Amino acid sequence: MLSFTSQRLAVALSVALTVSIVAFLLLHLSGDLATAIAGPEATAAQIAEIRHQFGLDRPMTLQYLDWLWRALHFDFGNSFYYRDTVTSLVASRMPVTMTLGAISLMLALVIAIPLGVLAAVYSGTIVDRLALGFCVLGQAVPAFCLGLGLIIVFAVHLHWLPVSGTASWKNYIMPSVALGWYAVPAVMRLSRNGMLEVLSSDYIRTARAKGLRPTVVILKHALRNAIIPVVALAAVQFGFMLGGSIVIEAVFNMQGLGYLAWEAIARNDFPVVQAVVLILAVIYVALTFLADVANAFLDPRIRLA
Amino acid sequence: MALLEVDNLAVDIPLSDGVLHAVSGVSFSLERGETLAIVGESGSGKSMTSLALMNLLPKRAVRRADRLLFDGIDLVTAPEARMRALRGNRMAMIFQEPMTSLNPSYTIGNQLGEALRCHRPVAPAAARDRAVQLLEKVGIPAAARRLNQYPHQLSGGLRQRVMIAMALMCGPDLIIADEPTTALDVTIQAQILHLLADLKKEFGMAMILISHDLGVVARVADKVAVMYAGRVVESAGAQSLFRSPRHPYTRGLLNCIPVPGRTAPGSPLGAIPGQLPNLIGPQHGCAFRERCAFAAPECAGDIPLVVTEPGHLARCVRIDALEAAA
Repeated sequence: MLSFTSQRLAVALSVALTVSIVAFLLLHLSGDLATAIAGPEATAAQIAEIRHQFGLDRPMTLQYLDWLWRALHFDFGNSFYYRDTVTSLVASRMPVTMTLGAISLMLALVIAIPLGVLAAVYSGTIVDRLALGFCVLGQAVPAFCLGLGLIIVFAVHLHWLPVSGTASWKNYIMPSVALGWYAVPAVMRLSRNGMLEVLSSDYIRTARAKGLRPTVVILKHALRNAIIPVVALAAVQFGFMLGGSIVIEAVFNMQGLGYLAWEAIARNDFPVVQAVVLILAVIYVALTFLADVANAFLDPRIRLA
Repeated sequence: MALLEVDNLAVDIPLSDGVLHAVSGVSFSLERGETLAIVGESGSGKSMTSLALMNLLPKRAVRRADRLLFDGIDLVTAPEARMRALRGNRMAMIFQEPMTSLNPSYTIGNQLGEALRCHRPVAPAAARDRAVQLLEKVGIPAAARRLNQYPHQLSGGLRQRVMIAMALMCGPDLIIADEPTTALDVTIQAQILHLLADLKKEFGMAMILISHDLGVVARVADKVAVMYAGRVVESAGAQSLFRSPRHPYTRGLLNCIPVPGRTAPGSPLGAIPGQLPNLIGPQHGCAFRERCAFAAPECAGDIPLVVTEPGHLARCVRIDALEAAA
């Protein structure tokens, strides 16, 4: 288990490092930074001054190492647009996005896994076909469409839920449904296929031959094995959701990381874009690592290999 | 009263291109302490027969029988809850594939204990004791330590021993072993067979041994039923069957086994030409006639089970021709 974990950790760290290089280069490939910071009316002397002041005249490698060192200390510099540090901007927006992502993922799993299990247990019946239909619908409707539809029905017409913002828990309901909806089909299909495969395996026949109840056979013997690939998928989906929340946060006007990224891209606020890209990537890498560890915990063949 | 009475058992599987008659007209009875071997090649319906007894057939399969009595309990009409109470408790099964028949995610101890605890209200510690005791009985060294291991940490031979111990947890009256040695090395095969024979004697169980290997069967069976294309073509006491086989198919199978002293080195082993007939759609006449050296026009008609001597039955109309040739 220890060697497995350290192996995975090494992989995760090297991926994170690669992403950091890309994020760093992103800033420099998008044009001359000194010109961007100085603004359209700056003279050549002012630009040179800024270039020196921000250390942009140093070799690229040195700039990267310096940037990485500061990034590791959560110092991403100042926003070009806001009179604030990138770190405090990100820190103030992070909770909204994480809460949204976590609720969405929970919602998606709570709907998709039981649905997948039911579809597998009753495969070929009307239950299976209904679940599949639900799944196709989920794939066909983009998250922002669903979001707008939810707003029209539940906020505008029924007045049950607030239209936008992050004031209370009620504000999170519609965005979570819209964002989680996106993950349901993939998770459901994987649970269904995993369950179908496991249900036809020899050890399920053994479990039935023991005289175990169907619920024990399905929940203890089948689901435990079918859920293993779902864990990895859930981590990946959570990463996608953090990305997808850019759209959803814009639709529901939520002051989260996604909204911040959207604003920053629109305003050429590069340090913010850079920080958001790096942070989301690192979270994604961390999730993948945690999924590997969770898999090892669930599957003794990985753990004890 | 016999422990198990099977009369005219059939298993049909509806497929898109017709009904597959996997098992038809299978009858036998089994006393306590007796071992019945069901022999046949792959696809002859022997595994389907055993799954039909446990009512563990695939969802689509349809089981029919004039009579299916286990210790006086009618298995044909028994509701699922009643069957569940019998399964693993009074009738237990050992499967062909020890490598895949144990759940990879749970320890040996968990899977053994569960077999007992789903039928008896015993404490986990008591189930554990029983598991250790049985693992020792089936010849697993350091039994207590094995309980915390996972299936992938055990060899195929050990896993099959675990499967046997698991089948014994509740002290069943009937044990059905479906090709228990097929997936194992030859040296391990003999050990497992001896173990099964010893355990059967010690616990006074009846056993149904499913096998395609007549050599295996000769060592442990009291009675043998030879299956071909879903039907029992010959059934007899083991001695009678091996001494004087009455069905051309049984003869063919016996010719496939090399005999020390009689089969010269390098000489070709017997083989039965052709392959199993298609079992989809209505079946007429003897299913073996396409591959049979003694086939005659009457083989296409109805073939009754003929009593050739007390307790020895053969489903063949050409027994006389067979005897004349021998």
